Amino acid sequence: MRRCYFDHVATNPLHPEVLDVMMPYFKEDFGNPLSIYDLGTSAREAIEKARGQVAGLINAKPQAIVFTSSGAEANNFALRGIAFARQNQGKHAIVSKVEHHSILNSARFLEKSGFVVTYLPVDKHGIVDPDTVKKSINKETVLISVTHASSEIGSIEPIREIAQIAKEHRVTLHADGVATTGNIPVDVKKLGVDLYSMAAHQFYGPKGAGALYVKEGTRIAPLIYGGIQEGGRRAGTENVPAIVGMGKAAEIAAQELPGRMEHCRKLRDALIDSVLKVPNVHLTGHPEKRLPHHSSFVVEFIEGEAMLLMLSMKGILSASGSACSSRALKSSPVLLSLGVPSALAQGSIVFSLGTDNSMEDINYFIEEFPQVVKKLRDMSPFSSGWGQGGEGDKCYTGG
Amino acid sequence: MRFVHGVKADITADIVYMMCPMHLLKLDEMIKGLDAGQVLEILTDYDGALEDIPQWCKRTGNEFIGLDEDEDYYKFYVRKTDKQQKGES
Repeated sequence: MRRCYFDHVATNPLHPEVLDVMMPYFKEDFGNPLSIYDLGTSAREAIEKARGQVAGLINAKPQAIVFTSSGAEANNFALRGIAFARQNQGKHAIVSKVEHHSILNSARFLEKSGFVVTYLPVDKHGIVDPDTVKKSINKETVLISVTHASSEIGSIEPIREIAQIAKEHRVTLHADGVATTGNIPVDVKKLGVDLYSMAAHQFYGPKGAGALYVKEGTRIAPLIYGGIQEGGRRAGTENVPAIVGMGKAAEIAAQELPGRMEHCRKLRDALIDSVLKVPNVHLTGHPEKRLPHHSSFVVEFIEGEAMLLMLSMKGILSASGSACSSRALKSSPVLLSLGVPSALAQGSIVFSLGTDNSMEDINYFIEEFPQVVKKLRDMSPFSSGWGQGGEGDKCYTGG
Repeated sequence: MRFVHGVKADITADIVYMMCPMHLLKLDEMIKGLDAGQVLEILTDYDGALEDIPQWCKRTGNEFIGLDEDEDYYKFYVRKTDKQQKGES
Protein backbone atom coordinates (compact mmCIF):
# COMPACT_ATOMS: atom_id res chain seq x y z
CA MET A 1 0.00 0.00 0.00
CA ARG A 2 1.17 3.49 -0.79
CA ARG A 3 2.16 5.62 2.21
CA CYS A 4 1.55 9.35 2.00
CA TYR A 5 2.96 11.21 4.98
CA PHE A 6 0.90 14.41 5.17
CA ASP A 7 1.68 15.35 8.77
CA HIS A 8 4.83 17.46 8.45
CA VAL A 9 3.69 19.93 11.10
CA ALA A 10 3.76 17.06 13.62
CA THR A 11 7.33 16.20 12.68
CA ASN A 12 9.60 15.49 9.73
CA PRO A 13 11.95 12.72 8.71
CA LEU A 14 15.60 13.46 9.43
CA HIS A 15 17.54 14.74 6.42
CA PRO A 16 20.17 12.08 5.58
CA GLU A 17 23.03 14.62 5.67
CA VAL A 18 21.86 15.69 9.12
CA LEU A 19 22.12 12.16 10.45
CA ASP A 20 25.64 11.85 8.98
CA VAL A 21 26.95 14.90 10.84
CA MET A 22 25.29 13.81 14.08
CA MET A 23 26.71 10.28 14.20
CA PRO A 24 30.26 11.06 15.39
CA TYR A 25 28.84 12.87 18.43
CA PHE A 26 27.04 9.70 19.50
CA LYS A 27 30.27 7.71 19.12
CA GLU A 28 33.88 8.89 19.11
CA ASP A 29 33.22 12.62 19.76
CA PHE A 30 31.20 12.00 22.91
CA GLY A 31 32.91 14.64 25.06
CA ASN A 32 31.26 17.09 27.41
CA PRO A 33 31.54 20.58 25.88
CA LEU A 34 32.69 21.97 29.23
CA SER A 35 35.68 19.62 29.51
CA ILE A 36 39.02 21.28 28.84
CA TYR A 37 40.67 18.43 26.92
CA ASP A 38 40.35 17.79 23.17
CA LEU A 39 37.13 15.79 23.37
CA GLY A 40 35.44 18.67 25.13
CA THR A 41 36.90 21.22 22.75
CA SER A 42 35.60 19.42 19.67
CA ALA A 43 32.10 19.17 21.18
CA ARG A 44 32.23 22.85 22.15
CA GLU A 45 33.34 23.89 18.68
CA ALA A 46 30.59 21.78 17.12
CA ILE A 47 27.98 23.57 19.22
CA GLU A 48 29.35 26.98 18.27
CA LYS A 49 29.30 26.00 14.59
CA ALA A 50 25.65 24.95 14.97
CA ARG A 51 24.87 28.22 16.71
CA GLY A 52 26.19 30.09 13.70
CA GLN A 53 24.20 27.90 11.30
CA VAL A 54 20.93 28.41 13.20
CA ALA A 55 21.62 32.14 13.48
CA GLY A 56 22.21 32.24 9.72
CA LEU A 57 18.78 30.78 9.00
CA ILE A 58 16.99 33.66 10.78
CA ASN A 59 19.56 36.45 10.19
CA ALA A 60 20.58 36.69 13.86
CA LYS A 61 23.91 37.06 15.62
CA PRO A 62 25.19 33.68 16.85
CA GLN A 63 25.40 34.87 20.46
CA ALA A 64 21.64 35.58 20.37
CA ILE A 65 20.82 31.87 19.95
CA VAL A 66 20.12 29.82 23.10
CA PHE A 67 19.72 26.10 22.49
CA THR A 68 16.86 24.31 24.24
CA SER A 69 15.42 20.80 24.19
CA SER A 70 12.39 21.73 22.08
CA GLY A 71 10.22 24.46 20.72
CA ALA A 72 7.94 24.04 23.72
CA GLU A 73 10.86 24.69 26.07
CA ALA A 74 11.80 27.77 24.05
CA ASN A 75 8.22 29.05 24.37
CA ASN A 76 8.13 28.37 28.12
CA PHE A 77 11.53 30.03 28.52
CA ALA A 78 10.42 33.11 26.59
CA LEU A 79 7.18 33.68 28.48
CA ARG A 80 8.38 32.92 31.97
CA GLY A 81 11.85 34.35 31.42
CA ILE A 82 10.62 37.75 30.24
CA ALA A 83 7.63 37.95 32.61
CA PHE A 84 9.79 37.30 35.67
CA ALA A 85 12.66 39.47 34.47
CA ARG A 86 10.31 42.42 33.94
CA GLN A 87 7.79 41.87 36.74
CA ASN A 88 8.99 44.94 38.62
CA GLN A 89 7.92 47.03 35.62
CA GLY A 90 4.48 45.46 35.30
CA LYS A 91 2.55 42.22 35.51
CA HIS A 92 0.48 42.19 32.34
CA ALA A 93 1.09 39.92 29.35
CA ILE A 94 -0.72 39.59 26.02
CA VAL A 95 -1.00 36.39 23.98
CA SER A 96 -3.24 35.49 21.07
CA LYS A 97 -5.98 32.86 21.19
CA VAL A 98 -4.38 30.87 18.36
CA GLU A 99 -1.20 30.01 20.26
CA HIS A 100 0.24 26.55 20.81
CA HIS A 101 -0.43 24.94 24.19
CA SER A 102 3.14 25.66 25.28
CA ILE A 103 2.26 29.37 25.10
CA LEU A 104 -1.32 29.16 26.38
CA ASN A 105 -0.38 26.97 29.33
CA SER A 106 2.65 29.15 30.15
CA ALA A 107 0.26 32.12 30.13
CA ARG A 108 -2.04 30.25 32.53
CA PHE A 109 0.96 29.57 34.76
CA LEU A 110 1.75 33.29 34.75
CA GLU A 111 -1.84 34.01 35.79
CA LYS A 112 -1.40 31.67 38.75
CA SER A 113 1.79 33.60 39.57
CA GLY A 114 -0.03 36.92 39.85
CA PHE A 115 0.12 38.18 36.27
CA VAL A 116 -2.86 39.38 34.30
CA VAL A 117 -3.06 37.94 30.78
CA THR A 118 -5.08 39.28 27.86
CA TYR A 119 -5.99 36.68 25.24
CA LEU A 120 -6.25 38.42 21.89
CA PRO A 121 -9.20 37.53 19.65
CA VAL A 122 -8.61 36.72 15.98
CA ASP A 123 -10.67 37.14 12.81
CA LYS A 124 -12.35 34.26 10.97
CA HIS A 125 -9.01 33.38 9.34
CA GLY A 126 -7.19 33.34 12.66
CA ILE A 127 -5.36 36.62 12.07
CA VAL A 128 -4.60 38.98 14.95
CA ASP A 129 -5.52 42.63 14.32
CA PRO A 130 -2.53 44.84 15.29
CA ASP A 131 -5.00 47.53 16.40
CA THR A 132 -6.40 45.10 18.97
CA VAL A 133 -2.87 44.54 20.23
CA LYS A 134 -2.41 48.29 20.57
CA LYS A 135 -5.69 48.67 22.46
CA SER A 136 -4.77 45.81 24.82
CA ILE A 137 -1.53 47.41 25.99
CA ASN A 138 -1.63 49.22 29.33
CA LYS A 139 1.03 50.68 31.59
CA GLU A 140 1.54 47.28 33.23
CA THR A 141 2.19 45.41 29.95
CA VAL A 142 5.67 43.89 29.72
CA LEU A 143 5.24 41.06 27.22
CA ILE A 144 3.39 40.20 24.01
CA SER A 145 3.57 36.74 22.46
CA VAL A 146 2.01 36.01 19.08
CA THR A 147 2.72 32.98 16.95
CA HIS A 148 4.34 33.70 13.59
CA ALA A 149 2.08 31.01 12.13
CA SER A 150 -0.27 28.52 13.71
CA SER A 151 0.47 24.88 12.94
CA GLU A 152 -3.24 24.15 13.16
CA ILE A 153 -4.56 26.63 10.62
CA GLY A 154 -1.38 27.80 8.89
CA SER A 155 -2.23 31.51 8.94
CA ILE A 156 0.76 33.85 9.03
CA GLU A 157 0.41 36.65 11.57
CA PRO A 158 1.37 40.31 11.01
CA ILE A 159 4.41 40.15 13.29
CA ARG A 160 6.16 43.19 11.79
CA GLU A 161 3.19 45.43 12.47
CA ILE A 162 2.82 44.05 16.00
CA ALA A 163 6.58 44.54 16.58
CA GLN A 164 6.27 48.21 15.67
CA ILE A 165 3.52 48.65 18.25
CA ALA A 166 5.46 46.70 20.90
CA LYS A 167 8.55 48.83 20.29
CA GLU A 168 6.57 52.09 20.59
CA HIS A 169 5.28 50.94 23.98
CA ARG A 170 8.57 49.37 25.19
CA VAL A 171 6.93 45.97 25.46
CA THR A 172 9.03 42.85 24.80
CA LEU A 173 7.73 40.85 21.81
CA HIS A 174 8.09 37.09 21.46
CA ALA A 175 7.00 35.21 18.34
CA ASP A 176 6.59 31.44 18.23
CA GLY A 177 8.42 30.50 15.05
CA VAL A 178 8.24 26.73 15.43
CA ALA A 179 5.95 26.31 12.42
CA THR A 180 7.67 28.94 10.28
CA THR A 181 11.42 28.45 10.75
CA GLY A 182 12.76 26.51 7.80
CA ASN A 183 9.38 26.65 6.05
CA ILE A 184 9.22 30.32 5.06
CA PRO A 185 11.99 32.97 5.06
CA VAL A 186 12.53 34.37 8.55
CA ASP A 187 14.56 37.47 9.31
CA VAL A 188 14.33 38.39 12.98
CA LYS A 189 15.77 41.85 12.34
CA LYS A 190 13.18 42.68 9.68
CA LEU A 191 10.42 41.18 11.82
CA GLY A 192 11.56 43.31 14.76
CA VAL A 193 11.01 40.62 17.40
CA ASP A 194 12.91 40.41 20.68
CA LEU A 195 12.53 36.64 21.03
CA TYR A 196 11.79 33.89 18.51
CA SER A 197 11.27 30.15 19.16
CA MET A 198 12.39 27.34 16.84
CA ALA A 199 12.33 23.53 16.73
CA ALA A 200 14.79 21.48 14.67
CA HIS A 201 12.41 18.67 13.72
CA GLN A 202 10.18 21.13 11.90
CA PHE A 203 12.89 21.57 9.25
CA TYR A 204 14.24 18.01 8.90
CA GLY A 205 16.47 18.19 11.95
CA PRO A 206 16.30 15.91 14.99
CA LYS A 207 13.73 15.89 17.75
CA GLY A 208 15.07 17.04 21.12
CA ALA A 209 16.65 20.23 19.79
CA GLY A 210 15.15 23.69 19.78
CA ALA A 211 16.36 27.22 20.20
CA LEU A 212 15.26 30.60 21.42
CA TYR A 213 16.55 33.74 19.72
CA VAL A 214 17.10 36.36 22.42
CA LYS A 215 17.96 39.75 20.96
CA GLU A 216 21.12 41.22 22.44
CA GLY A 217 20.38 43.38 25.45
CA THR A 218 17.16 41.52 26.35
CA ARG A 219 17.23 40.55 29.99
CA ILE A 220 15.73 37.10 30.58
CA ALA A 221 15.49 34.90 33.67
CA PRO A 222 16.62 31.29 33.09
CA LEU A 223 14.04 28.51 33.06
CA ILE A 224 16.59 25.91 34.15
CA TYR A 225 19.23 26.79 36.74
CA GLY A 226 22.48 24.94 37.12
CA GLY A 227 25.72 25.21 35.21
CA ILE A 228 27.18 27.73 32.81
CA GLN A 229 25.90 26.18 29.59
CA GLU A 230 24.46 28.64 27.07
CA GLY A 231 26.05 31.54 28.93
CA GLY A 232 24.20 30.63 32.14
CA ARG A 233 20.85 31.11 30.40
CA ARG A 234 20.03 27.40 30.02
CA ALA A 235 21.76 24.91 32.29
CA GLY A 236 22.25 21.22 31.56
CA THR A 237 24.82 19.28 29.58
CA GLU A 238 24.09 20.01 25.95
CA ASN A 239 22.51 17.43 23.65
CA VAL A 240 25.49 17.74 21.33
CA PRO A 241 24.37 15.37 18.53
CA ALA A 242 20.94 17.01 18.36
CA ILE A 243 22.37 20.53 18.39
CA VAL A 244 24.85 19.60 15.66
CA GLY A 245 21.94 18.12 13.68
CA MET A 246 19.87 21.26 14.19
CA GLY A 247 22.74 23.35 12.87
CA LYS A 248 23.14 21.24 9.74
CA ALA A 249 19.37 21.15 9.16
CA ALA A 250 19.32 24.96 9.43
CA GLU A 251 22.16 25.28 6.93
CA ILE A 252 20.40 22.98 4.44
CA ALA A 253 17.05 24.72 4.98
CA ALA A 254 18.62 28.11 4.24
CA GLN A 255 19.94 26.75 0.93
CA GLU A 256 16.87 24.76 -0.10
CA LEU A 257 14.08 26.99 1.17
CA PRO A 258 12.91 28.54 -2.14
CA GLY A 259 12.75 25.11 -3.81
CA ARG A 260 11.00 23.52 -0.84
CA MET A 261 8.40 26.26 -0.75
CA GLU A 262 7.68 26.04 -4.46
CA HIS A 263 7.44 22.23 -4.34
CA CYS A 264 5.09 22.20 -1.35
CA ARG A 265 2.92 25.08 -2.52
CA LYS A 266 2.25 23.38 -5.86
CA LEU A 267 1.20 20.12 -4.18
CA ARG A 268 -0.71 21.91 -1.45
CA ASP A 269 -2.74 23.97 -3.92
CA ALA A 270 -3.70 20.84 -5.85
CA LEU A 271 -4.73 19.19 -2.58
CA ILE A 272 -6.85 22.16 -1.49
CA ASP A 273 -8.58 22.32 -4.89
CA SER A 274 -9.51 18.66 -4.68
CA VAL A 275 -10.68 18.72 -1.05
CA LEU A 276 -12.90 21.74 -1.60
CA LYS A 277 -14.72 19.90 -4.38
CA VAL A 278 -16.19 17.63 -1.70
CA PRO A 279 -19.49 19.19 -0.53
CA ASN A 280 -19.67 20.79 2.93
CA VAL A 281 -15.93 21.00 3.46
CA HIS A 282 -14.36 24.34 4.43
CA LEU A 283 -10.81 25.58 4.42
CA THR A 284 -9.67 26.90 7.80
CA GLY A 285 -7.05 29.61 8.17
CA HIS A 286 -6.22 32.30 5.67
CA PRO A 287 -6.63 31.35 1.99
CA GLU A 288 -3.42 33.17 0.90
CA LYS A 289 -1.45 34.32 3.95
CA ARG A 290 -0.60 30.81 5.07
CA LEU A 291 2.34 28.42 5.30
CA PRO A 292 3.12 27.05 1.81
CA HIS A 293 3.05 23.43 2.96
CA HIS A 294 -0.10 23.70 5.04
CA SER A 295 -3.78 23.00 4.40
CA SER A 296 -6.48 22.62 7.02
CA PHE A 297 -10.17 21.98 6.80
CA VAL A 298 -13.34 21.27 8.70
CA VAL A 299 -15.54 18.56 7.25
CA GLU A 300 -19.20 18.76 8.17
CA PHE A 301 -21.13 15.84 9.69
CA ILE A 302 -18.17 13.61 10.60
CA GLU A 303 -15.43 13.53 13.22
CA GLY A 304 -11.81 14.25 12.43
CA GLU A 305 -10.66 11.23 14.41
CA ALA A 306 -12.73 8.88 12.25
CA MET A 307 -11.30 10.47 9.11
CA LEU A 308 -7.76 10.09 10.46
CA LEU A 309 -8.26 6.43 11.18
CA MET A 310 -9.83 5.61 7.86
CA LEU A 311 -7.27 7.63 5.91
CA SER A 312 -4.44 5.95 7.82
CA MET A 313 -5.87 2.57 6.80
CA LYS A 314 -5.35 3.77 3.23
CA GLY A 315 -1.79 4.87 4.04
CA ILE A 316 -2.61 8.58 4.22
CA LEU A 317 -1.19 9.97 7.46
CA SER A 318 -2.60 13.29 8.65
CA ALA A 319 -3.68 15.11 11.81
CA SER A 320 -6.79 16.50 13.37
CA GLY A 321 -5.84 19.90 14.73
CA SER A 322 -2.85 20.04 17.01
CA ALA A 323 -1.31 16.80 18.25
CA CYS A 324 -2.25 17.84 21.81
CA SER A 325 -5.89 18.60 21.00
CA SER A 326 -6.41 15.47 18.94
CA ARG A 327 -5.12 13.22 21.72
CA ALA A 328 -7.36 14.96 24.24
CA LEU A 329 -10.38 14.37 21.95
CA LYS A 330 -11.63 17.89 22.52
CA SER A 331 -12.52 20.72 20.21
CA SER A 332 -9.52 22.76 19.25
CA PRO A 333 -9.47 26.11 21.09
CA VAL A 334 -7.81 27.56 17.99
CA LEU A 335 -10.77 26.60 15.77
CA LEU A 336 -13.27 27.79 18.36
CA SER A 337 -11.49 31.16 18.44
CA LEU A 338 -12.11 31.47 14.67
CA GLY A 339 -15.83 31.14 15.34
CA VAL A 340 -16.09 27.54 14.16
CA PRO A 341 -19.01 25.90 16.04
CA SER A 342 -17.76 23.21 18.41
CA ALA A 343 -19.61 20.38 16.62
CA LEU A 344 -18.01 21.35 13.35
CA ALA A 345 -14.59 21.78 14.97
CA GLN A 346 -14.73 18.04 15.67
CA GLY A 347 -14.45 17.54 11.92
CA SER A 348 -11.06 19.20 11.75
CA ILE A 349 -8.32 17.76 9.58
CA VAL A 350 -4.85 19.07 8.68
CA PHE A 351 -2.71 17.97 5.72
CA SER A 352 0.83 19.33 5.83
CA LEU A 353 3.27 18.48 3.07
CA GLY A 354 7.02 18.09 2.78
CA THR A 355 9.92 17.46 0.46
CA ASP A 356 9.21 13.72 0.46
CA ASN A 357 5.74 14.18 -1.06
CA SER A 358 5.05 14.01 -4.80
CA MET A 359 2.19 14.74 -7.19
CA GLU A 360 1.59 10.98 -7.28
CA ASP A 361 0.85 11.19 -3.54
CA ILE A 362 -1.62 13.99 -4.17
CA ASN A 363 -3.30 12.09 -7.01
CA TYR A 364 -3.67 9.02 -4.79
CA PHE A 365 -5.13 11.21 -2.04
CA ILE A 366 -7.55 12.85 -4.49
CA GLU A 367 -8.91 9.41 -5.36
CA GLU A 368 -9.24 8.22 -1.77
CA PHE A 369 -10.37 11.26 0.24
CA PRO A 370 -13.89 11.73 -1.24
CA GLN A 371 -14.60 8.02 -0.74
CA VAL A 372 -13.55 8.18 2.91
CA VAL A 373 -15.76 11.20 3.54
CA LYS A 374 -18.71 9.58 1.78
CA LYS A 375 -18.35 6.34 3.71
CA LEU A 376 -18.19 8.12 7.06
CA ARG A 377 -21.12 10.39 6.21
CA ASP A 378 -23.20 7.37 5.22
CA MET A 379 -22.59 6.00 8.72
CA SER A 380 -23.07 9.35 10.48
CA PRO A 381 -26.30 10.14 12.35
CA PHE A 382 -25.79 13.71 11.09
CA SER A 383 -25.49 12.74 7.44
CA SER A 384 -28.57 14.73 6.51
CA GLY A 385 -27.52 17.72 8.59
CA TRP A 386 -26.82 18.67 12.17
CA GLY A 387 -30.42 18.11 13.21
CA GLN A 388 -32.75 20.61 14.83
CA GLY A 389 -31.58 23.33 17.17
CA GLY A 390 -28.46 23.57 19.23
CA GLU A 391 -25.04 24.93 18.44
CA GLY A 392 -24.34 22.29 15.83
CA ASP A 393 -27.20 23.54 13.71
CA LYS A 394 -25.11 26.46 12.49
CA CYS A 395 -23.37 26.01 9.20
CA TYR A 396 -19.82 27.36 9.10
CA THR A 397 -19.24 29.92 6.40
CA GLY A 398 -15.97 31.33 7.60
CA GLY A 399 -13.49 29.46 5.46
CA MET B 1 32.59 47.40 50.77
CA ARG B 2 33.39 50.44 48.66
CA PHE B 3 30.31 52.25 47.25
CA VAL B 4 30.66 54.56 44.27
CA HIS B 5 28.33 56.65 42.11
CA GLY B 6 28.54 57.92 38.57
CA VAL B 7 31.50 55.82 37.45
CA LYS B 8 31.92 55.99 33.67
CA ALA B 9 32.50 52.55 32.22
CA ASP B 10 34.02 51.69 28.85
CA ILE B 11 31.95 48.53 28.51
CA THR B 12 29.03 46.90 30.34
CA ALA B 13 28.17 43.25 30.87
CA ASP B 14 24.53 42.70 31.85
CA ILE B 15 24.30 39.34 33.60
CA VAL B 16 21.25 40.02 35.76
CA TYR B 17 19.46 36.69 36.48
CA MET B 18 22.60 34.70 35.71
CA MET B 19 23.81 32.61 38.60
CA CYS B 20 27.25 31.58 39.92
CA PRO B 21 29.81 31.32 38.40
CA MET B 22 28.67 33.45 35.42
CA HIS B 23 29.76 36.65 37.20
CA LEU B 24 33.37 35.42 37.36
CA LEU B 25 33.41 33.89 33.87
CA LYS B 26 31.98 37.03 32.32
CA LEU B 27 34.38 39.20 34.29
CA ASP B 28 37.33 37.15 33.09
CA GLU B 29 36.07 37.12 29.48
CA MET B 30 35.31 40.83 29.31
CA ILE B 31 38.46 42.05 31.05
CA LYS B 32 40.58 40.17 28.51
CA GLY B 33 39.22 42.39 25.77
CA LEU B 34 40.09 45.66 27.52
CA ASP B 35 43.23 47.82 27.50
CA ALA B 36 44.92 48.80 30.74
CA GLY B 37 43.07 51.69 32.36
CA GLN B 38 39.69 50.83 30.84
CA VAL B 39 36.72 50.22 33.13
CA LEU B 40 34.30 47.31 33.03
CA GLU B 41 30.80 47.57 34.52
CA ILE B 42 29.07 44.34 35.53
CA LEU B 43 25.34 44.33 36.29
CA THR B 44 24.33 41.38 38.45
CA ASP B 45 21.73 40.44 41.04
CA TYR B 46 23.84 37.58 42.38
CA ASP B 47 24.68 38.25 46.04
CA GLY B 48 27.78 36.06 45.95
CA ALA B 49 29.37 38.64 43.66
CA LEU B 50 29.73 40.97 46.67
CA GLU B 51 32.49 38.75 47.95
CA ASP B 52 33.72 37.15 44.73
CA ILE B 53 34.40 40.17 42.53
CA PRO B 54 36.64 42.08 45.00
CA GLN B 55 38.46 38.79 45.69
CA TRP B 56 38.92 38.14 41.98
CA CYS B 57 40.39 41.63 41.55
CA LYS B 58 42.81 41.05 44.41
CA ARG B 59 43.89 37.73 42.93
CA THR B 60 44.37 38.98 39.36
CA GLY B 61 45.80 42.41 40.25
CA ASN B 62 42.99 44.39 38.65
CA GLU B 63 41.53 47.37 40.49
CA PHE B 64 38.18 47.00 42.19
CA ILE B 65 36.76 50.50 41.92
CA GLY B 66 33.60 49.77 43.88
CA LEU B 67 29.92 49.05 43.50
CA ASP B 68 26.74 50.97 43.04
CA GLU B 69 23.24 49.70 43.80
CA ASP B 70 20.33 49.95 41.39
CA GLU B 71 16.75 49.09 42.31
CA ASP B 72 17.16 45.33 42.05
CA TYR B 73 20.74 44.64 41.04
CA TYR B 74 24.35 45.66 41.73
CA LYS B 75 26.70 47.52 39.43
CA PHE B 76 30.33 46.50 39.92
CA TYR B 77 33.21 48.54 38.47
CA VAL B 78 36.60 47.02 37.70
CA ARG B 79 39.54 48.84 36.09
CA LYS B 80 41.99 46.74 34.15
CA THR B 81 45.55 47.35 35.31
CA ASP B 82 48.77 46.94 33.35
CA LYS B 83 49.51 43.90 35.50
CA GLN B 84 47.17 42.01 33.21
CA GLN B 85 47.86 42.21 29.49
CA LYS B 86 45.10 42.23 26.86
CA GLY B 87 44.02 38.69 26.07
CA GLU B 88 45.65 37.31 29.24
CA SER B 89 43.64 35.88 32.07
